[in-house]
Amino acid sequence: MKHYGIIQIRQWLKGFMLKHMHNMITCKEFEDFVRDYVDDELPARQRSKFELHMRMCHQCRQYLQAYQRTVEVGHAVLSSTDKPVPGDVPEDLIKAILEARKR
Amino acid sequence: MTEQDKTKQHELPPDANSADTLVRDNISWMLVVAQRLLKDRALAEDAVQEAFLSAFRGLDKFEQRSSLKTWLHRITVNACLMKLRQLKRLAEQPIDEYLPEFTRYGCRIEEHWGNLASVEEILNNEQRSAQVHKMINKLPGNYRIVLLLRDIEGYNTEEVVELLGISESNVKVRLHRARAALKKLIEPILRGEIV
Repeated sequence: MKHYGIIQIRQWLKGFMLKHMHNMITCKEFEDFVRDYVDDELPARQRSKFELHMRMCHQCRQYLQAYQRTVEVGHAVLSSTDKPVPGDVPEDLIKAILEARKR
Repeated sequence: MTEQDKTKQHELPPDANSADTLVRDNISWMLVVAQRLLKDRALAEDAVQEAFLSAFRGLDKFEQRSSLKTWLHRITVNACLMKLRQLKRLAEQPIDEYLPEFTRYGCRIEEHWGNLASVEEILNNEQRSAQVHKMINKLPGNYRIVLLLRDIEGYNTEEVVELLGISESNVKVRLHRARAALKKLIEPILRGEIV
């Protein structure tokens, strides 16, 4: 006879509940809606299901926070480190472009 | 003529004498964009040169519906995309190893987040910022490009569809996967494990 640990039983219960509860979506379905939700493109009906799942599922709630932070961090890092250096004008390249224009 | 028209008129340099000014005023930020997309200074310089030549050729067709900078930005991005295609850096590559995982019961596997670093905490730390930069560059090219165009360069989904020539659903899926993969790649930084 197969024995199940307490963690597996809890996981099974959570999976069962999310799958069968009225108006509830599973974590995998939640994943499919994440981008639309973050970009504010999720229709109202799916949005309420998404938010209901978020209230019920600690893992998805934390995942979403880290996902949103990732988007913010990616944008902030690239915008701040990739700035043009004042005075760093590549004269050779400018000359080559202006020469090529004449051809 | 409205104030806006006057500004646009001022921005447009169609004659040969203005070419030098056009190049000098815009080359620095165009190089930054090109280097971000191409990850290589020499390739970026090639792309920017090609972008300027395209711009000179098309200057008379510039309709002033957008600002000169917006127009040049798009030309630069197109020159970079052409380079990436030539180098086959936009070819399909797998990303599955970085995507979220689920139990066999369909529940998300996500380690508890005791600490989630703020944007400022990462920006103010050179090492952390450099790591994030490195991880963005580690994303497979076909996903990285969608992330950069949408989340960094500021193009909307329809514009990315047009630039890359892929379907809208494909852009959305790639964007989500790129963000999810980046989240996994920078997790140690977000958790404050890299100080």
